[in-house]
Amino acid sequence: MSTTTVGGSPGIGADRTKRWYRARRSLQGVSFVLPNFLGFGLLTLGPVVALFYISFTNWNVFGKAKWIGLDNFTRLFGDTSFHRALLNTLYYSAFHIPLTLAVSLGLALLLNRKLRGVAFFRTAAFFPYITSIVAIAIAWNLLFSRDAGPINQILGLFGVTDPPGWTASSDWAMPAVIIVGVWREMGYYMLLFLAGLQTVPPELHEAARIDGANAWQRFRNVTLPCLRPTTFFVTVMLTIGSFKVFDLILVMTNGGPGQSTLVLSQYIYQKGLVENRFGYASAISVVLFALCMLVTIVQFAVNRRRNA
Amino acid sequence: MAAPHTLADTAPPRTVDPGTENPTSNRSERRLPALGKVLGHVVLVLAAAGLLLPFFWMVSSSLKADNGVFSIPVTWFPDSPQWGNYAEIWRISDMLVWLKNTVFLSVVVTLLQLFTGSFAAYGFAKTRFPGRNLLFLLYIGTIAVPWQAYMIPQFIMMSEAGLTNTPWSIIALQAFGAFGVFLMRQYYLTIPDELCEAARVDGLSEYGIYFRIMLPLSVPALASLALLTFVTTWNDYLGPLIYLRDPDLWTIQLGLKSFVSDYNAEHALIMTGSVLSVLPIAIVFLLGQKYFVQGIATSGLKG
Repeated sequence: MSTTTVGGSPGIGADRTKRWYRARRSLQGVSFVLPNFLGFGLLTLGPVVALFYISFTNWNVFGKAKWIGLDNFTRLFGDTSFHRALLNTLYYSAFHIPLTLAVSLGLALLLNRKLRGVAFFRTAAFFPYITSIVAIAIAWNLLFSRDAGPINQILGLFGVTDPPGWTASSDWAMPAVIIVGVWREMGYYMLLFLAGLQTVPPELHEAARIDGANAWQRFRNVTLPCLRPTTFFVTVMLTIGSFKVFDLILVMTNGGPGQSTLVLSQYIYQKGLVENRFGYASAISVVLFALCMLVTIVQFAVNRRRNA
Repeated sequence: MAAPHTLADTAPPRTVDPGTENPTSNRSERRLPALGKVLGHVVLVLAAAGLLLPFFWMVSSSLKADNGVFSIPVTWFPDSPQWGNYAEIWRISDMLVWLKNTVFLSVVVTLLQLFTGSFAAYGFAKTRFPGRNLLFLLYIGTIAVPWQAYMIPQFIMMSEAGLTNTPWSIIALQAFGAFGVFLMRQYYLTIPDELCEAARVDGLSEYGIYFRIMLPLSVPALASLALLTFVTTWNDYLGPLIYLRDPDLWTIQLGLKSFVSDYNAEHALIMTGSVLSVLPIAIVFLLGQKYFVQGIATSGLKG
């Protein structure tokens, strides 16, 4: 690391000046980082650490935090709403991650070719990602309307006589949310893949072609391995993103109908900021935190083994 | 955890702009069979339609009468556009207040992010001090922690400080993010150290180097960061939902959501409000498109 060691300087005086000079440089370096770090340390690092303490307490708005050990966590075991939220989060992730991955990679491969309208499409794909969740959730909710909604009308054109009830139905609400989630995020990840594709050396493709590899073989043996860092990064970000999904669900379904789309983040919000049960909500937060860490660490381990 | 290092490594190099086709690869792509090309275009057109139709429907519905939104079959182009919707909504909602609040928050947060983020990034990229790498690791490490996991302790802290229900809570929350530091550091790393060394030899202080050399050189990166921060703050829903309870403080996202609950049968007006909330972002996006793409490609970190 950047520790400063002064070795074998000729004179003591020169040594001291040098050391003073280095200390001054260090101090200046710190001064650059400090303004941001004060805010960051206080508002991000601090709360992350505090989270673990609070999760072991019984704490409501009124009164002081009372240490209760693992009680919050043992209570979580028997909390059916928590089970529901956990399962729904995994349900959302199990579809959202692979679908977004496949669609964004597919689009990036397509856009990496010389086709007319590519520039326009790149812009269009990115647009859902930067528009507000509230506006798009509202629009999609209307699009998904059961009776006269445009989506069910389009399905009718294809001969679907009994179209899904989407956000009004406990079976279809989650698929509806997943569709909007993929729609919204694919442009962003497509852009990352596109940037990754630009780093694939064309000579490798050329060489594979000369060796008689067909398009699929070139994709499998040249493009995919070169894309591995990007794919890895995208997967990690997508996983964390899916585990914390919240805004979209809050606006589209508010967790319903029933608890069919209740997810972990929303349950944290409900327990902590609506019911003001800080300790219990923090215990759920710790579970969410652990889940993200666990999956990230596993992904890193797998990635490292593949690279080795 | 080793996350930070690898995250930084996997970010695509800055110089690669996805907007420009790689000239060498074009040579091979030209051999794409005609059928493949047609198929490619078909897929592109379908995907573009899928991506943009919801927006198109949003705009077209905002110009309908309320009972015309759900017609069978769907009307994509309303016969007699109800431009009056765009006048009506200002009268029956506090749209103006919401927009003002949102602009204020977005501008202040963006300025703070730009300043503290690039300042810290210079420290991390171009100066040396003990513990520098460890500190940077902490920054990157928090990117893997979802905000929802620590929003409760943060909320308790903010309410202890008496900041809830003031715009300062949102400003404090957004202004010191790790993202700005990361993005700017990535950029500064591409600027050769020799430039700073030469300036130091010439007697310029570190602050002088930052203000007179680095800042002017990093205008494209600053533009990327500014746009991404502005859009994120503008679109944020959860932060204001938790911290801004007083309707006078509401942002456009909160306002829009409450408007939907209050006028839940007036679909056309709801769509009018949605269009108005998206419009500023659409304009900002079209103006700064290039920087958005660069920022995302550089960092791959946001959201």
